[in-house]
Parts: sequence; structure tokens; C-alpha cells
Amino acid sequence: MTNLKLSKLAGTVAGLTAIGTLALALPALAQEAAAPIAEAVAPTVDKGDTTWMLISTVLVIAMTVPGLALFYGGLVRAKNMLSVLMQVFAGFCMIALLWVIYGYSLAFAGPATPGGLSAFIGDFSKLFLGPITTDSLVETFTAGVFIPELTFVIFQLTFAAITPALIVGAIAERMKFGAVMVFLAIWFTFSYLPIAHMVWWWGGPSAPAGTAAGYLFGLGAYDFAGGTVVHINAGVAGLVAAILLGPRKGFLKEPIPPHSLVMTFIGACMLWVGWFGFNAGSNLEANGLTAVALLNTITAPAAAALAWAVAEKFTRGHASLLGAASGAVAGLVAITPAAGYAGTMGAIALGAVAGLVCLWAVVTLKPMFKYDDALDVFGVHGVGGIVGAIGTAIVAAPELGGHPLAGYAMGSQLWIQIQAVVIAVVWSAVVATIAMFIVKALFGGVRVSESAESDGLDISSHGEHAYND
Amino acid sequence: MKLVIAIIKPSRLEEVRQALNSLDVHGMTVTEVKGYGRQKGHSEIYRGTEYAVHFLPKLKIEIAVDDSQSDAIVSAIRESAQTGRIGDGKIFVLDLLAVTRIRTGETGASAL
Repeated sequence: MTNLKLSKLAGTVAGLTAIGTLALALPALAQEAAAPIAEAVAPTVDKGDTTWMLISTVLVIAMTVPGLALFYGGLVRAKNMLSVLMQVFAGFCMIALLWVIYGYSLAFAGPATPGGLSAFIGDFSKLFLGPITTDSLVETFTAGVFIPELTFVIFQLTFAAITPALIVGAIAERMKFGAVMVFLAIWFTFSYLPIAHMVWWWGGPSAPAGTAAGYLFGLGAYDFAGGTVVHINAGVAGLVAAILLGPRKGFLKEPIPPHSLVMTFIGACMLWVGWFGFNAGSNLEANGLTAVALLNTITAPAAAALAWAVAEKFTRGHASLLGAASGAVAGLVAITPAAGYAGTMGAIALGAVAGLVCLWAVVTLKPMFKYDDALDVFGVHGVGGIVGAIGTAIVAAPELGGHPLAGYAMGSQLWIQIQAVVIAVVWSAVVATIAMFIVKALFGGVRVSESAESDGLDISSHGEHAYND
Repeated sequence: MKLVIAIIKPSRLEEVRQALNSLDVHGMTVTEVKGYGRQKGHSEIYRGTEYAVHFLPKLKIEIAVDDSQSDAIVSAIRESAQTGRIGDGKIFVLDLLAVTRIRTGETGASAL
């Protein structure tokens, strides 16, 4: 980056920090909608709920570091292993900091009265987590049941951190490291935060009717643990970024096989185990529905892994380990929005369908359009997320053993889910496109040079070799 | 002196080593190599992409031998490395100009 661009960037960061500090000094504009502790409902904080949330948080952290890092790392060539680990790791660290600075506030803070942009993005009332103390509480989905707000902050931090990290898979093996970081920061700010706000922000079950909520929440969209917020969001951004970035040298011409499916397997298993925190922790407390979400997080990926493996055996000759592992991830993605809504048989069916559809997306759709989504972020997370989001409307049906919310009707819910999917797809695609153009301008091109790409990003971007024996 | 270079299937190494031992050949160098001849490769499938893998793993054995032993050693290698299927490999014999034992400085036949 030239000195001029560097100082412009520094100036922008300094400016934002100044605005943030000023906002802190202003009196709080409105009561925090989700923490009415002096109301008629006497808040109870159960140590079991709090402990469960803290454990879930740690599980989800392990999904990113090192789960996702290894899952992706094993899929690239040995000369690029460290670059993938680094992009995921540094991405996690960066987003963790941005989250506590302004991310949480923009995602989960806002005035109680609807109006303005509050349905689409939060405000700066919780910049730097300012007003939050160890006594601050947020309500779960059960009226009168609360958890410490800080546990909610860190639990949501782990979601915010893994989502941009997913995009790394699509742009692997050819993008400048600095450009990756800035792209993720911009996309996180303008796509992850608004969509998280739209889907998940509300005043809590004890808030009076008419309290402000995110646009998609108000529409009645079902997204238990982030099928839309995390997977569709990241999957679409990955696809757009991969297309704008261009394919790797040698894509479709020379073999680019995974250098260590053993690492990929280890990563996939860590993702699965961590996902229990992701899905079951999204219930925000420890009760029977938490167990439902956990159970669904076992059955759906199990069905998906076997569906993928069996379909692969019949269509391509072998049931591969990579296929089984990818199938499991596809099932995990699909059950994410449905984790607390699906019955057991519904979860199995949803998993199996996701396994088959994602297999199709990866082996048929991608070669058809020839985009170099290097590690199939769109094929597994994007497509799996869409299957899951729409399938949630179906598997939530009580006749299928589901656990819908009050006022559920399959037809109308299907329509709501489709609207949510379309909005997320378009929003993420537009933000990813703009972010890529910004980064291209800032860095004078986002791809590394041809020789750097040939030598491998480990040595050219990071000055290291992964394997020195 | 001759340098015998044999490209063999990796699974035949132990048989070849034992056959050469019985001919009083007690030293060899083994390298892992890749190659193909009439044996075609195979294809591997990773998710959406199928790769034709042309190069197959082989082992290269190099032995420095006396002229008088050269034919016997080539036969011994051929018999022990053979499986009867395409891809068994090839044996090359080259003229060897000089040999030196590093530890003692001996040269010529006594260095073999």
C-alpha cells in the first residue's frame, strides 16, 4: 500500500474512533430494549444457563480456531497451508476486536420505539460495550429468564468471527493478505452486522407488543442459529468474491488436489463438535429445547454425511472421506436455522436433502458455471443455508414433530423464509461486490503476482514454509 | 565397473534387497520417484473435480557393481522385482568411471 493510501486509512480509523468516543459521552438515547431489569417481571439468572452459555461460547470458538482453519487448510496445496491458517486466525482476531468496539452495538443495540433505520441496523449506544456491566442482563426466549448480557456479547462474538472466516475458503490461494483482512472488515460491518440485526434483534419476550425489532424478525422469519445470518450471508459473499477475484492459475487445467485430507477430517470433526455450542447454545438457556437443538445437530449431519457418501458411490464410483465430511458439514449448515424448530425425523430428512443438494451444487453446478469457489463455500454453506432456511418452514410443522412458534402456518412461513433468503442473498452480494472494488482500489489489485501464486502464498505472503522436512 | 539403475514397484523392494544380498551385494541407494511408461495412471476425485494422475510412485535403486557381476545382478533384480503386470519397471546399466570410499579414500574395485 502506498504511503498516501496508508495515511488515508489511518485517518479514517482515527475519525471513526473519535466519533465513537463522542457518542459514548452523549446521554443514552433510549433504553436498551432487551434488558428491562426494573420491570414487573422479576429477573431470574440461573447459574446453569450462564454456565451453558459460556461453554457454548468456547465450543464455537474452537469451531473457528482451529476447526475451520484445519478443515480449509487440508484442502489447499501444501504451499498455501499457512496462508489459509493465517487468514482464518487473523480474521478471527480482527473481528473479535471489531465486535467489542462497535459490532455488538450495531447488531444488538437500538431504541425501543420503532422508526428510522432501527429495523436494519443498530445504534452506537453500546460502543466499546460502554454501558454493559457484570450486572447487565438480557432476556432469553423464555419470559422472565435472563442471562448476563456479557455472556450474550461473547457468544455472539463467536458467530460474528466465524462468518467472515468462512469466506476465506472461497478466495483461497490467490488473494493478498492485507486485502483479505480489509475485505472481511468491510463486509463484516456492512453485511454481517445489518443482517444479524435484522434477523435476531428484538426486545425480548417480556417487551410490550410494538417494541422495535429487526426487519426480518418482525416479518416472522425463523433462523434459530444463523442459517441466513451466517451461512447464506458468507456463502454468497464467497461466491461473489471468488468470481470477482478470478480463478487460480491452472484451475480446470492442472490438478489441484487437497494436500492433507487428514487435516480436513480433523477440522470437520472439530466443526461438528463445536456446532453443538453453535446450535444448542442459540437457545440462550439450558432446557428441553436446548436438548432438541443438540439432538438435531447430531442426526441431521449424520444423515447428510451418509446421503452424500451413498450418492457419491452410485454416481461417481467411490464413497470418499472428503464426501462424507463435506456431507456432514452440509447437514450441519442446513439444520442451523432449524435446530430448535425441527423434530427428529424432520431433522434427518432435512439433513439428507441437504447432503444431496449440496453434492449436486459442488459436482454439477460449479463445473457448469466454472467459478473458482476454491473450497466450495457457496456450494456447502450458501446452498446448504438456502436449503435449510426454506426447509425450516416445513420441518417446523407440528404434524412433523416440529416446534413452531405461535401463529405458525406452513404456507405463510415458507413465503417468509423465501423473502428472508432473497434479502440476505441480494444484500450480501451487493456489499461483497462494493467491498471488493474498494479493496482493489486500496491495494492496487487484490491478487498476488503470478510468481507469488506459483511459489505459494506461505513463502510469498508470510515468509514461511509449512513443512520443513 | 557398472552402475545399475533399476526402477521398480515400491512393493518389491524387500524381495529385491534379499535377492541382491544373496549375490553378496551389500550396498544400494534407494530413492522415491514418480514415473510412468506403459502403465497408465489413475483418476482421483475430490468433490467436483476429477484429476487424471499420470505419475505413479516407484522406487529407484542404484548399485555400483563390478563388470563381472553385472549380468547376474540384472537377472536377480528382474526375477525378484517382477509381478507379471504392466508397471514392473526397467533396469539400466551405465558405465561407471570411478568410485571412491569417503572414509578411507580407497578407489576402484576395492571401493565397491
